[in-house]
Amino acid sequence: MASGIKDKVAIIGMGCSRFGERWDCGTAELQAEAFEEALKDAGIERKQIDAVWTGSGLDAVNTGNSAIPTAMALRLDGIPVSRMENMCATGTETLRGAAYAVASGAADIALAIGAEKLKDTGYGGLPIPYKGTFNDLWLPLGSAPAGFAQLAAGYRAKYGFSKEELKRALAHVSWKSHENGVLSPKAHLRKQVTMEQIINAPMIADPLGLFDCCGVSDGAAAAIVTTPEIARALGKKDLVTIKALQLAIGSGVESTTDQWDGSYVRTTRTAAKRAYAEAGITDPRKQLSLMEVHDCFSITELVTMEDLFISPDGGAVRDELDGFFDRSGGGVPCQVDGGLKCFGHPIAASGLRMAYEVYTQLLGRAGERQLSNPTIGLTHNLGGVPYLGIAAISILGLLS
Amino acid sequence: MKGDNKVSKTSTYGITGFGGYIPRLRMQRAAIAAAHKWMAPGLRSLGKGQRAFCSWDEDSNTMAVEAARDALGTSSRANLATVFMASTTLPFADLQNASIVAGALDIPNTARTLDLGHSQRAGTSGLITALRDTSAPALFIATDRPRGKAASTQEISVGAGAAAFTLGSDQVVATLLGSVSRSVVFVDHFRAEGAKYDYFWEERWIRDEGYLKLVPEAVKAALKETGVAAADVKHFILPAPLKGIAAAIIKKSGLPAESEADNLDENCGYAGSAHGLIMLAHVLEKAGPGETIVLVGFGQGVDVLVLKTSDAIKGFKPVRGISGALADAQSHDAYLRLLSYEDSIELEWGMRAERVLKTALNEQYRSRFQLASFVAGKCRKCATIQFPQLPYCVNPSCHAPRENFDPYPLADQLAKVLTYTADSLSYHPSPPLYVGFAQFDNGGRLLMEIVDVGAAGLDVGTPLRIVFRIKDIDKARGYPRYFWKATPLQA
Repeated sequence: MASGIKDKVAIIGMGCSRFGERWDCGTAELQAEAFEEALKDAGIERKQIDAVWTGSGLDAVNTGNSAIPTAMALRLDGIPVSRMENMCATGTETLRGAAYAVASGAADIALAIGAEKLKDTGYGGLPIPYKGTFNDLWLPLGSAPAGFAQLAAGYRAKYGFSKEELKRALAHVSWKSHENGVLSPKAHLRKQVTMEQIINAPMIADPLGLFDCCGVSDGAAAAIVTTPEIARALGKKDLVTIKALQLAIGSGVESTTDQWDGSYVRTTRTAAKRAYAEAGITDPRKQLSLMEVHDCFSITELVTMEDLFISPDGGAVRDELDGFFDRSGGGVPCQVDGGLKCFGHPIAASGLRMAYEVYTQLLGRAGERQLSNPTIGLTHNLGGVPYLGIAAISILGLLS
Repeated sequence: MKGDNKVSKTSTYGITGFGGYIPRLRMQRAAIAAAHKWMAPGLRSLGKGQRAFCSWDEDSNTMAVEAARDALGTSSRANLATVFMASTTLPFADLQNASIVAGALDIPNTARTLDLGHSQRAGTSGLITALRDTSAPALFIATDRPRGKAASTQEISVGAGAAAFTLGSDQVVATLLGSVSRSVVFVDHFRAEGAKYDYFWEERWIRDEGYLKLVPEAVKAALKETGVAAADVKHFILPAPLKGIAAAIIKKSGLPAESEADNLDENCGYAGSAHGLIMLAHVLEKAGPGETIVLVGFGQGVDVLVLKTSDAIKGFKPVRGISGALADAQSHDAYLRLLSYEDSIELEWGMRAERVLKTALNEQYRSRFQLASFVAGKCRKCATIQFPQLPYCVNPSCHAPRENFDPYPLADQLAKVLTYTADSLSYHPSPPLYVGFAQFDNGGRLLMEIVDVGAAGLDVGTPLRIVFRIKDIDKARGYPRYFWKATPLQA
């Protein structure tokens, strides 16, 4: 295996806009909000940035194609700015691009920024993307919840849970995130909900009800990266470094052959194995201090606990109901900031928003929701659908 | 009379197989009558039984494909030299519908394809032409989905469906003894080019001056030409949107009273120019050898076909036949569903329905071998069956180039539900959208829309069959694009 990214790149500044229905601003303003916080946190000026990776997922309601709108919004004059799009993994992909630039020596300081303006569609939920001229001729229509809801059918069939048992575990996933979201000043949904509210909510895509689905929000997040050496030279003491950055993409095995049973996400498992190897993690259930995973839907988070090898296969329901993923449950806290559930999911911002929470927790700046002495955290994005998707994992930790 | 003649060909060319299709969806006529009670209380007298109606994703082309599959079964289509398709409700005015149907059925491109229409006699006149003037193996399909304006007697009476016949010289199950045709400009109804509904004249005039005067004369002439005694007619098929006409003509023509064929009014309704042929396919299912059948077509004149079954009829069975299709019913009572499917009411579907559905016609052409007849590729290196076919084999331990793929049609393969959901968020003309993985018994799989899901719903393992349907309708450009969907075996 290649030597990997571990400890070659430090994050010296991060920013995150307030997420929500930002009727007050467009993408450029969201980007500026995250950018300014990151610059200030890093203690650098705009002109010190050598290269930029900017992410936007849905050009129809966002900035439009190319990196030009970002370069204009942030006045990034004369430096390389690249636009990244890889569905819900876009945010983590911008971090990967910036980190690789620094690790290669091509840039001393690089910026990763992702922003999405989802609330300019005129309706709730995501705009309907094209799938390409060929795929549009045969692939069924289907919303994002419909893609993920199918995991519930496959999972239930494999492990023999009743519809009610699974629904209860799924409800706990959302309940726990709402408990955490209350303590997140930048979250969109900051309200406690009861298990009964969740279970009895209107159906969106069977068995996922309204509260099994993440919010739809506007938001932006940014990270400034450099080498640990330059970070120290800039006067940084506690350094958060990147331990792993991995990506796995579906090539059609799950959706075309019988080598997948519908109960898990193969790309997450592949990316997790590689990420743990890159970071040197051997027992994630014991070693990870926190996780920010892609809870676009409650079922996604539930199976992700198995796909990240935190829970044994079929064991996530038990762990979930035991409170293993709760903020003070004694296990591995998951979605400490409220997750996509409470922040919503501005596509290209989400991966960086997750990194923002891990970074904030590692530096002990999380206020009311601060965990005690976290040392290493994981972020996980899942783009596309469970059977044809993009899993992105980053592991961030304090440099010892 | 000039033009009438007995079939003098000595060959035994005739009908070699038959089948049909009736949409699974049936609307209770009482529900239609109840909806119109405030302004057309008289409809109550017609509120018995149920009428077949096309789902939003069915049309005369999709029904034609299903009827042909019922007749053809798994038999080879390679020798079919002609495909005729008769209808007055074909979706395209200038784009040959028979070629779409032939493409879906994977009939070789050497076949001559032809659309027939413009009259309620399209089915019978077309079948006469095919039986008299053709000698090579042929496929004849009649398919129709007449529309009636809301609160009209047509709306509550009509149905939808298709019938298909294979014609040839081997194992002939019925031959044409002879036929007569009459051309008379008797305008009982008409529909101008581009009009949505028919315009009808008074029923009593149509019955008395039309059917009761024009049909008996033609039947008499046909029996005379073929030398068949009226008393020997076993099955008299008269498709008509009006009640009681067949019995009246039987009486007037001296045919046996019990020769009146079931007009399928109870569970289907009058299916336009296809109706006579649907009734014929239904009669042939139960007919024994040596039985005489008289089939009438009415519209700007009359067609009469005199057919006789042969011994080979004992050896032929459609896949499930008209009887099977009639039994496979899913009863509905929400009348607005019918209106919406027929595009006769504007409902608020929300912004998600605004999606642009322009079809890249060049892509559709490039991919026609995969899409039109639902052909997967089977890798010769590793035997993996895969849809769609991309440049390399999907199997991660193979990845052989597609030159190694053999075509592997999926439409007749058995499948089961692997995963599913009922999606209430997506725009779908028949919400919720059922979508899930169809796992084929042969190892292939793909995500499919699952249609006509009944009260029993779906579960992992629910058996599925594959049906030809409209995938999307581009209303802005008037272009339906077709693809295959899955449906539970049991309604």
